[in-house]
Amino acid sequence: MIETFDPVLLARIQFAFTVSFHIIFPAFTIGLASWLAVLEWRWLKTGNTVYEEVYRMWVKIFAVTFGMGVVSGVVMSFQFGTNWSVFSDRTGNVLGPLLGYEVLTAFFLEASFLGVMLFGWNRVSPKMHFAATIIVALGTLISAFWILSANSWMQTPQGYRTDADGLLYPTDWMQIIFNPSFPYRFLHMVTASYLTTAFVVGGIGAYYLWRNRHVAHARLMLGMAMIMAIFVAPFQAVMGDLHGLNTLKHQPAKVAAMEGIWETEKGAPLKLFGWPDQEEEKTKYAIEIPKLSSLILTHDLNGEVKGLKEWPKEDRPTVAWVFWSFRVMVGIGVLMIITGIFAAILYLRQQLFNKPWFQFWCMAMTPVGFIAVLAGWFVTEIGRQPYIVYGVMRTAETVSPVMGSQVALSLLAFVFCYVFVFGAGSYYILRLIGKGPDTEENAYGTHGVKAPPLMTGLASEKGGKHV
Amino acid sequence: MFSLESFVDLPLIWYGLIATAVFLYVLLDGFDLGVGILFPFAPSDSCRNRMMNSIAPFWDGNETWLVLGGGGLFAAFPLAYAILMPALYMPVILMLLGLIFRGVAFEFRFKASGRSRKLWDYSFHFGSLAATFMQGMMLGAFVQGVKVQGRSFAGGAFDWLNAYSVMVGMALVFGYALLGATWLIMKTDGITQDWARKCAGYVLGYVALFLGIVSISMPMMNADVKALWFSLPNFFYLLPIPLSTLVMFVMIWQGLHKGREYLPFFLSIGVFIAGYLGLGISLWPWLVPFKVSFRQAAAVPESQSLLLIGTAVMLPLILGYAAYCYYVFRGKSSDESLY
Repeated sequence: MIETFDPVLLARIQFAFTVSFHIIFPAFTIGLASWLAVLEWRWLKTGNTVYEEVYRMWVKIFAVTFGMGVVSGVVMSFQFGTNWSVFSDRTGNVLGPLLGYEVLTAFFLEASFLGVMLFGWNRVSPKMHFAATIIVALGTLISAFWILSANSWMQTPQGYRTDADGLLYPTDWMQIIFNPSFPYRFLHMVTASYLTTAFVVGGIGAYYLWRNRHVAHARLMLGMAMIMAIFVAPFQAVMGDLHGLNTLKHQPAKVAAMEGIWETEKGAPLKLFGWPDQEEEKTKYAIEIPKLSSLILTHDLNGEVKGLKEWPKEDRPTVAWVFWSFRVMVGIGVLMIITGIFAAILYLRQQLFNKPWFQFWCMAMTPVGFIAVLAGWFVTEIGRQPYIVYGVMRTAETVSPVMGSQVALSLLAFVFCYVFVFGAGSYYILRLIGKGPDTEENAYGTHGVKAPPLMTGLASEKGGKHV
Repeated sequence: MFSLESFVDLPLIWYGLIATAVFLYVLLDGFDLGVGILFPFAPSDSCRNRMMNSIAPFWDGNETWLVLGGGGLFAAFPLAYAILMPALYMPVILMLLGLIFRGVAFEFRFKASGRSRKLWDYSFHFGSLAATFMQGMMLGAFVQGVKVQGRSFAGGAFDWLNAYSVMVGMALVFGYALLGATWLIMKTDGITQDWARKCAGYVLGYVALFLGIVSISMPMMNADVKALWFSLPNFFYLLPIPLSTLVMFVMIWQGLHKGREYLPFFLSIGVFIAGYLGLGISLWPWLVPFKVSFRQAAAVPESQSLLLIGTAVMLPLILGYAAYCYYVFRGKSSDESLY
């Protein structure tokens, strides 16, 4: 029975599982790093210690998240080879340098200055520490630049040629790096990271307000988060729309799946909800708004929208996944914008910090950014199937020559370990949140955590008696 | 499209760069994996705190060299990457899982207390041990050669597993433990240092034993390697490598007994350099041993050129700020939490 494992499907599940787990951490740290830089800047500028205390609290959460991001990221850099070796061989000439640049320009930068950021308080000047925070924030963005460039190239490949064996060769680096979908995907993802972080921070701030704890810190967290919700959430909607139009131009089959449209038609209605049936080739039980899909996609009420039947069955993505992930993502985006509108109204009435219903609302919104990020990636990654390099190379033909049972075992090991390790990580983050900012004076004079009971014997060793 | 092909020997430069990146990884992550291997044997919890603190600011940067080794291999020699990764599928996955368990322990351990702290102590230890052992097994499998057909790995799922690769795995565990112990001599004092010195003494003997076995077995397993080392005049050219290794072993032994703090660590690095050099000479010019040379596996000149420019700019910077980090966190490490 062990021979019946389908290595392609298993390799896809394994990659999806490990990359989905991984992306949660960068999505959080990209936003968090930039926010910490702003906090430290405000602190140095104003001398207001609330900024510092909030920084000190969140930098610990940042450290845990970043640590988990690093270890789950190392896995990704090997999976291209272990599970997709044919893909690595064929595209190495094009994608290799992009990933190489990510390591050279981002990973070392982040890894080295993270140490200074976390542990360097008493060893470097405040300015140098601030510089370290900025460098780490910059590192996260540079890393996003390269990896999204590589991913976008797989979605909208250009600047390459193919030889008889199916190997790809670069012909124009600028075309490869700045491929058509890259600017949209990059801005969309970075903005998504910022919003994800903002809603986590805002939710925690709301929680403290509701419990009437750390009020000054909580107002800062919620206030800064709502600035993001008011101004950045609508911007994200515009970005998303532009990204969608770009996809329509380069990957129309993906858009057809997002919209659940099977027949090419003029004046296509927008299907709000429904159940796309891959076999029967139609979207069942659809609730429709006439002509809206054409309006959104072509900016013309009677514009023509291509349906999935334009492509042979074997060239279509799994429609239900794309269709529903898209709705989850857009739905959360709308909720974020609504949060911003509420926040703006409450702020103008000077009630932003004292409405319990709004605090509950923000608490409920805490994890939605992560869900939206995952849903968005599901749309774009499942939507480009069955291709691994869109229109050039099919996923099924690029898998490694390893046995299905081997992949099944490793997948099982990944699931077990990730759930255990990252479950523990989430637990420690929740504990840090429960503890809140440390406001005792000089609590961080030389170290942060008060000596745990196990360490009572250390005084004698510190005294140097054993030297 | 630009290419530096007509100015420099690109594949050779990249072979050197990847070899250097892998070696820097072995050295740098070697000492912090070594600290993990020795971890549960330390005399007290405050010693363990100190051990952890001595590497906490560095481990992330150290591990990045592994990503550079892997990513660089993919970029510069995609064919070698595409053959070796499936060939070493299971040890690679197990190494990665080991690295996960040890990596998260740095953060988790100081946030846990009592029994859950013990849990992360063991996760740190066994993660380090597993990652090291798997790296050694991969090396053992690598030097024995890999089955290749066309552009793909053509062997079985357990080709990497045999007595020889297990032996090399154990050898690397002792090797990293030596680096870890001598690092601790340098970065700690008091009872932690005394204990580390004792450890280094024990481990040194095993390292010498295993290095001897590997050095003798390599030429015995492969006629080409034997011809390379034991033909004249090569024998005399290469003689300084084993001789200097022998001298370094003696000097480490003396250094440990004279209470030297820095010498044992840097001489242990010297032993690793000699061993790595010997290995490199034996396997030249293979990137997938005895099947694919580094020239055959090379990416096209355009790709190697693009990345070479970035490397020429970035590598000095990386080494510069890595050195800055070691400078910032110089001196003996404390046993208090670093935050």
